[in-house]
Amino acid sequence: MADTFQVLIDGHEAIAHEGETILDVLRRAQVETPTLCTHEHLTPAKACRACVVELKGSRALVASCERKAEPGMEVRTDSERVQNARRGVFELLLSQNDVSTAPALAAQAESVGADPGRYRGQRYEKGFFDDNQLYVRDYDKCILCYRCVEACGPDVQNTFALTVSGRGFDAGIAAGFGESLPDSACVFCGNCVAVCPTGALMDRREHSLRAEGRWDEERYDVVQTTCSYCGVGCQLELHVDRASNEIVKVTSPMDHSVTHGFLCVKGRYGYSFVEAGGD
Amino acid sequence: MHSPVLLRRQDAPARDLEAYIASGGLAGLKKAREIGPEETVRMVTDSGLVGRGGAGFPTGRKWESVRTAKDPERYFVLNADESEPGTFKDRQMIDVDPFLVLEGVLIACFATHATRAYIYVRGEYRREADLLQRCAAELGAAGYLDGLGPEGHALAIEVRHGGGAYICGEETALFRSIEGYRGEPMSKPPFPTVAGLFRKPTAINNVETIANVPDIMSRGAAWLRSLGTERSPGVKLYSVSGHVGRPGVYELPFGVPLRELLDLAGAQQDLQAILLGGAAGTFVFPQDFDMPLSYEGAQQRHATLGSGALIAFDHETNLWRVAERLGSFFAHESCGQCVPCRVGTRRQHEMLEALAEGDGRGSERDLLVRLSQVMTDASICGLGQTASTAVRSLIDAETKGLLAV
Repeated sequence: MADTFQVLIDGHEAIAHEGETILDVLRRAQVETPTLCTHEHLTPAKACRACVVELKGSRALVASCERKAEPGMEVRTDSERVQNARRGVFELLLSQNDVSTAPALAAQAESVGADPGRYRGQRYEKGFFDDNQLYVRDYDKCILCYRCVEACGPDVQNTFALTVSGRGFDAGIAAGFGESLPDSACVFCGNCVAVCPTGALMDRREHSLRAEGRWDEERYDVVQTTCSYCGVGCQLELHVDRASNEIVKVTSPMDHSVTHGFLCVKGRYGYSFVEAGGD
Repeated sequence: MHSPVLLRRQDAPARDLEAYIASGGLAGLKKAREIGPEETVRMVTDSGLVGRGGAGFPTGRKWESVRTAKDPERYFVLNADESEPGTFKDRQMIDVDPFLVLEGVLIACFATHATRAYIYVRGEYRREADLLQRCAAELGAAGYLDGLGPEGHALAIEVRHGGGAYICGEETALFRSIEGYRGEPMSKPPFPTVAGLFRKPTAINNVETIANVPDIMSRGAAWLRSLGTERSPGVKLYSVSGHVGRPGVYELPFGVPLRELLDLAGAQQDLQAILLGGAAGTFVFPQDFDMPLSYEGAQQRHATLGSGALIAFDHETNLWRVAERLGSFFAHESCGQCVPCRVGTRRQHEMLEALAEGDGRGSERDLLVRLSQVMTDASICGLGQTASTAVRSLIDAETKGLLAV
């Protein structure tokens, strides 16, 4: 076939399809690759550098999430440079962020052999923002993966309420000009919350339950249904507490053909009527 | 004694068009229009001119890719966002000969069929930006931009002011800044000649590079090759500062020993070291002061000419304190996009602070080397990739016992 070609991954031949990224090829070849910022429905931000690989002919390592595969590429993921860089990325993040609600990050850090105590120094003190009824922002947990900015912007919602502000270590996510969310362009679709990989953005309900020590995913059933608000037909996953029969969270499957995991404010947050009394 | 080429109007700056033409100006543009774009690019290629902004990429090759690009919409960008610490040669170049710079821009636009020219000037260079703006207007009023633009129209030259970010001197971040976005670097490839400003084929050159072009056209490619060395043809501007008697901008043909430049600038005989190539450069110690100042000469000593910045330090200077200032600079100027640079420059600065204060725990040097490898390998752009170069060279020098304090 004209649109497939061969590349070399750690010395082994692998098939790549036209338009695929190196990461796509790695995943199909079942080469375990840590990733943080990349997301199946968002433009690669190539910001976290966890997925870097060595590419023959390239001086620096390249982000496999962004770089398109080309015929004859020779990629190494098992070299000392790659291992050292990936370990370094996680060690630097662990020296900066609160990762208490980011089990996936912590697991990946462990799998690359990151030493949490490698670097000491100033940690993030970017603050906790509780300025609206639907979700909270804990920026000490933010790894600046850009997912929320992209979901809020041209990749999904086209609302452009969120942006990156400041620079260097002081860079962070902000609603324009430091406004509170209710004063910003935010429409509270919660799609930023849906793609946040570290729990820096969290639905209010989940945050409250966690604060009370009552958040327990073991107790929740996921019930599939279709949103009843309009005719689009968004697939909803209602996370329901088995014991109290309360809805604690609403999401949508990332692989659903209608939503791709994204919802509007009504579908994601307008569920309290379900629990309203019958009389 | 080298008689200046780029700075030949230094003593009598030509800041109006009449004076510029009276002193031989615009002969290069005339020549280019006679021989056409293809031959113009060929001459620049044959001259061996490479970029003077730090990366040293062959100018002719850049121009040829844009000239032969398929997309009819393409841009020329003059990078005048001179922000490398200790570098001030582009400012001088613009100040003493703004029309020479602009003539180079016109030739570049003619040769690459650019549909529009942007001049991106460092925000603090207000006076230089105004000067270029006024001179471009003079050229336009005198009809010299006519026919250089798309479909025979006059070429539009737009002067843009930087907002005070070092990162916007990085070419892809500079494009984002012109486009109105946050100045964050993009991945290369695609390279600017393929997808640059507004994702269109773009030739981008440094001020000093472009100032070489008018003379290459009027005097011929062989003329540039008659100066300098075989592998580094031409002349170079150096910004010299620090512990020297006569700090300033110096022009020398490539290949002149470093010691000679230091003597010209009135440096003391017993300097401890110099920082060559700016914040992203390397420390060079007296044992290497016989180094020929050329791309290959510097490379042989594991140094880099970079932008041609040279900061001299005497024996009283604590070089770890200098490194700490460099670390502070990079931590401040990192855009914050990628983890290795955003967090790495901060961690590097924290460790350098401890070393400069003399209260390091002893493990910092090993950790700095380890961190340096992560930043160099995994950062998106040149800022993070070179933010630890000077520190690495200092650690090497310390191991060899070259530090005075």
